[in-house]
Amino acid sequence: MSFNFYVPAEQQVRDKAEFARKGIARGRSIAALEYDNGVLLLAENPSTALRKISEVYDRIAFAGVGRYNEFELLRKAGIRQADLMGYLYSRDDVTAQAVATAFSEALGAIFSREPKPYEVEVLVAEVGDPNRLYRVSYDGTLYDERQVAAIGGKADVLVESLRQGWTEGMSLDAALAHGQAAFATAEGRPLEGWEAAVLDRQNGRRAFRRLQVPAS
Amino acid sequence: MTKGPSLPLLFDIPSPGSSFSDLLKTLGHTTPLELPKEPHELRAPEGTTVLALRYQEGVVMVGDRQATEGNQVAHRQIRKVFPSDMFSAVAIAGTAGLAIEMVRLFQVELEHYEKIEGSRLSLEGKAVFLARLVRNQLPMAFQGLVVVPLFAGYDQLTGRGRLYTYDVVGGRYEENDFGSTGSGASLAKSYLRSNFREALEEPSAVDLAVGALVAAAQEDTATGGPDLRRGIFPTVIVIDAEGVRELSDDEVKPAAEKAVSAIR
Repeated sequence: MSFNFYVPAEQQVRDKAEFARKGIARGRSIAALEYDNGVLLLAENPSTALRKISEVYDRIAFAGVGRYNEFELLRKAGIRQADLMGYLYSRDDVTAQAVATAFSEALGAIFSREPKPYEVEVLVAEVGDPNRLYRVSYDGTLYDERQVAAIGGKADVLVESLRQGWTEGMSLDAALAHGQAAFATAEGRPLEGWEAAVLDRQNGRRAFRRLQVPAS
Repeated sequence: MTKGPSLPLLFDIPSPGSSFSDLLKTLGHTTPLELPKEPHELRAPEGTTVLALRYQEGVVMVGDRQATEGNQVAHRQIRKVFPSDMFSAVAIAGTAGLAIEMVRLFQVELEHYEKIEGSRLSLEGKAVFLARLVRNQLPMAFQGLVVVPLFAGYDQLTGRGRLYTYDVVGGRYEENDFGSTGSGASLAKSYLRSNFREALEEPSAVDLAVGALVAAAQEDTATGGPDLRRGIFPTVIVIDAEGVRELSDDEVKPAAEKAVSAIR
């Protein structure tokens, strides 16, 4: 015979949140910055095979930190949702907001129902007028960001250094240099390779392009 | 406030593979149509002649712009040649409504695979998948609603242009030099057979392709040649190592005028 001990909801949520935060804190961070022609996504990633940044739809991109298998599930589900909406209706009907809301609902449900929450944080970016940056945390909380955003272990420090010196209408080169400098300030250690991609409004229908950034 | 339609995140689906059409099937978006047992006379606009040929750097694909319904012109400016991704294109002949929808699904399928897997399908893989889409149409084909595509692309593995023709049951045949499908296909092919040369340059390949289309339009009433008076020109797509490129009307115009003035 088994006994189910009563655990107050408050305690349960706190324990899960602490668990998820610890998992995320172990991983490296990702930054997003608006520049004159779109949005730059920059991740510290020593691997050239396992990606953290991905194309979702014509003007929408995804970035995830934390456990690879968990954000990979979210990434694929996001692509499925976007492609399905675009196929059943029109390509114009697919928005970052719908994708981010779906992530938020899914993560929220997993956080409250599953014994183990997802140890992930994801970012959904959209190039347009205006650009959109959404951040979704492990418990499904959805944040609407402007100009710059960061997710991952050092997100708080990173977003502070991203904000300092960010200017409206900066070029891609300037944004990349600024992003790399912000990582250096936030981490305070040698960085181990970059993964970078842009959503650039000059790229035609599919705005997503990967960038080759040499390790500094 | 949510803009546009939204769907729940597709998390726990029975077949979470990388195929978009399998996803549609899993979710029940491809309800099989209830077709009558006896074939019925159903008239729908039909696309006519499309063709593709290989040249030095890649492939060129051309299609006329007319859709016919019986002995009437249904559309004068329909599009029958579509880029399917960065390195391939698909052209259609047969029941236009079904064919255009098939192309739309094919385009989403290729892009979906590319995004999920992080790499593109091989050209052969794309051709095989298209055969599956054609075979899925078989019940409709028995009703007389036939779709027969033509597929061409630049093969990045072998570094050359390749093209495939299909039949109504989804048979896939790789062609060496040129291929054509639609009502004027045999006329276009006999023109190409006598005029095709190895290692053509892009401009002469475009001239030859448009010439074959004009030749088909001369004998096949369903095929619409270039309409110089209305300014309607064939769709021309070239695919080489740089990717897919559609020629503008201004680029097609000289080839169309040359081909029309060569008619005797």
